Amino acid sequence: MKQLTVNAQTSELSQVLAFADTILEEAGCSAKTKMQIDIAIEEIFVNIATYAYPSEGGQAVIEIETDKDGKIVKITFEDQGVPYNPLENEDPDITLPAEERPIGGLGIFMVKNIMDEVSYEYADGKNRLTIKKSF
Amino acid sequence: MLNITKSSNANELKVVLEGRLDTATAPQLETELGEALSGVTDLKFDFEKLEYISSAGLRVLLSTQKIMNKQGSMVISNTSPEVKEIFDVTGFSDILKIE
Repeated sequence: MKQLTVNAQTSELSQVLAFADTILEEAGCSAKTKMQIDIAIEEIFVNIATYAYPSEGGQAVIEIETDKDGKIVKITFEDQGVPYNPLENEDPDITLPAEERPIGGLGIFMVKNIMDEVSYEYADGKNRLTIKKSF
Repeated sequence: MLNITKSSNANELKVVLEGRLDTATAPQLETELGEALSGVTDLKFDFEKLEYISSAGLRVLLSTQKIMNKQGSMVISNTSPEVKEIFDVTGFSDILKIE
């Protein structure tokens, strides 16, 4: 298991992705799966950076684990910000025509659809969002 | 990192994207399109070298599609299977014209 702690700021996204990509490449992840995992990381991390700490800043901890065969990756995002379960958001209606589609609301929906498992818990004053993907 | 190459001919604007359309680069595309779309009736995107798209990029495509619905047409060509899958998952395949 590898861990990275960064300030919960959008400007740190490239550092988080570089950390993840190194692990994913070592594990032999395909380019397609790496892109999907990068998308999930971006959507979740940007959410934390935008909403977790509305007044003063704070940190986010990203943990990445690959199983011993290297075929499943599990990533956990932890912050000590406002309790917030993004999985409770209503899914956007993706059948609406362009004119009626709201701009936004797609991020977590994409995460749910491109990852195999997404779960959330709030414990010990921390938001923990976990994603899993086999490759 | 995103390279945006624009070329225009009368009312046609061709936009080639190369790299990643994400939280960091989507504002750059939005700004460039905002300045260039005036009077354009025929907008053509080339996504052959677009490697990555997140919801921030999708938002710019949606707002651009809404603009082009009022003033002409917008077509996206050479989309990679990976990016196409993101369009499928989000229902964008139904609202964008992808060739």
